[in-house]
Amino acid sequence: MDTHAATSTGPRQADQIPADLLAKIDEAVTHYPVSKRSASLPLLHLWQNHFGFIDDSGVDWIAKRLDLEPINILELVTFYPWFRQEKAGRISVRVCRTLSCALAGSYEVRDSFCKAAGIDPKAPTHGHTPPVSPDGKFSVEFVECLASCGSAPVALVNDDLHEDITEAGTANILSQYN
Amino acid sequence: MKSLLLPPHPKERRVVFQNAWTQGYTPDIDCYIKHGGYAELKKALGMKPEEIIDEVKKANLRGRGGAGFPCGVKWGFIRRDDGKPHYITCNGDESEPGTFKDRYILHNDPHQLIEGMAIAAFALNVNLAYIYIRCEFPKAAQIVTQALKEAREKGFLGKNIMGSGFDVDMFVHQGAGAYICGEETSLIESLEGKRPYPRIKPPYFPAVLGLYMSPTIVNNVETFCHVKQIFKIGSDEYAKMGTPGDGGTRVMCVSGDVMRPGPYEIPAGGVTLGELINDVCGGMKPGRKLKAVIPGGSSSKILRAGETFKMKVKGEDGQMVDKEVPLLDLVMDASSLAAAGTMVGSGGVIVMDDSRDMLWALNNLNQFYAHESCGQCTPCREGVLWIDKMTTRMVNGEGTEQDPKTLKNVADNIAGRTVCAFGEAASWPVQSFLQKFPEEFEVAAK
Repeated sequence: MDTHAATSTGPRQADQIPADLLAKIDEAVTHYPVSKRSASLPLLHLWQNHFGFIDDSGVDWIAKRLDLEPINILELVTFYPWFRQEKAGRISVRVCRTLSCALAGSYEVRDSFCKAAGIDPKAPTHGHTPPVSPDGKFSVEFVECLASCGSAPVALVNDDLHEDITEAGTANILSQYN
Repeated sequence: MKSLLLPPHPKERRVVFQNAWTQGYTPDIDCYIKHGGYAELKKALGMKPEEIIDEVKKANLRGRGGAGFPCGVKWGFIRRDDGKPHYITCNGDESEPGTFKDRYILHNDPHQLIEGMAIAAFALNVNLAYIYIRCEFPKAAQIVTQALKEAREKGFLGKNIMGSGFDVDMFVHQGAGAYICGEETSLIESLEGKRPYPRIKPPYFPAVLGLYMSPTIVNNVETFCHVKQIFKIGSDEYAKMGTPGDGGTRVMCVSGDVMRPGPYEIPAGGVTLGELINDVCGGMKPGRKLKAVIPGGSSSKILRAGETFKMKVKGEDGQMVDKEVPLLDLVMDASSLAAAGTMVGSGGVIVMDDSRDMLWALNNLNQFYAHESCGQCTPCREGVLWIDKMTTRMVNGEGTEQDPKTLKNVADNIAGRTVCAFGEAASWPVQSFLQKFPEEFEVAAK
């Protein structure tokens, strides 16, 4: 497709859709009897959860599945901070940056996570493509308020919320993930 | 959350939080039913829809998402018999910095939310509802999805619920990391599968032209839980817990430099700011003094330690009299905080002590708003980036003498000039920090 620059290399994701992902996609579409377009975000989540990011073929495939133009999907991928167009680490570390966490030391915690993961703390802190450790295992980034200000500082590691994190405790948190 | 594992503070009254931390309480439907769950839905299904709305009005329930609009009045905008499909959407996009209450309801007591929504659905003639949950709460989405499945299996959702002849189903819809989706019209756009650019009001009041251009009610997670509790406690008793015009309890989320941060459920107007900080939250950290409080989420205007506010309060003879109220004696309810020039908002109280640099704190918030502006309106899209750039350079010691004035000028030109309230949300911190702590900005500018 020519509507935007290729953002990834490797086999097209749309050629490798497993049956269980297809079943989940079909189920998700049924939640929106009034408008299939409403299933755009759910399908993008399912896609990213499976592949780790959304390549151009994914944008095209989802658009086609929902009878939309590719731009209708691409504009979501580029708008919403959660979606990635390139591979990140297998384990995503998202450290809360906003005020209550910052008061409790989230900047130091983010740097400490970077060091523990083998990432240069001077790497960019935000963005659709966060810095990834040399072994491809971890990506570490700042995100905005995770709504757990009472147990600051916090970080979301994959689906797990870690609370009251200390600089000294980051390596131990990462060691819980393979 | 450690504070929730403690017994409730005497100032607390756990209503929507009543089960969430009971030992042995689990989020499954059997546990909920064992604790009397879905009895209020049954009660409501035997009432006339207009009676349900009247009860919510009488309870003086205000929305708990931030704007504080009276819930029953909002519901009253829906005409049941207009022949159009109606929708309700639950706003579980909790992302206002300083706010952390809905997460615990979604994780620990999801059926309370579903029951409140089902009551609302019956009252408003809604057959399809969505629960919008930010994707940074992945476990909440799993738990609520499971709870919806259980409710469907038990006949509380789906066709002919509880034999009433009324049909309603609900689904979880996950956001994707954008704060703007907490704005109700933005949430609706997001639910329609679009970029979440807020819609302009008028004409796009959700109750008139909401989801799929049909009448839609958007309420916060905590608000729907209060609906269930109103039918359990009774609207009169419920209203009595709070102040006139602001009924029931409210979860105040306290974070920052206090000994025991946490979410505390307190009757509306039931504590002063001083009691909340020094009593409920155990005071400031050792050796530290209060410097500043953001009382209702990061968008609310900051208050400075030692300030006093002129306002009308009830005197001993019951008459309203003018009084000078010190900061720590401010009652934490909607009207008192409004009289102090700020707002109770989403209940997110961020406390800062005398070790904190206000320029640094404002810069942190400016970075938040710069990251989260959706980019639809020029004053906001451009302005928030500039205020972030200016405070960043001031923090880095590269400020200029004109910076405080320019900062204010840019903020003044965002507020009131945007489609949604994000413009105000981003400007109010700048305006209020500059007004309350001018000396810190002057020093940094030189």
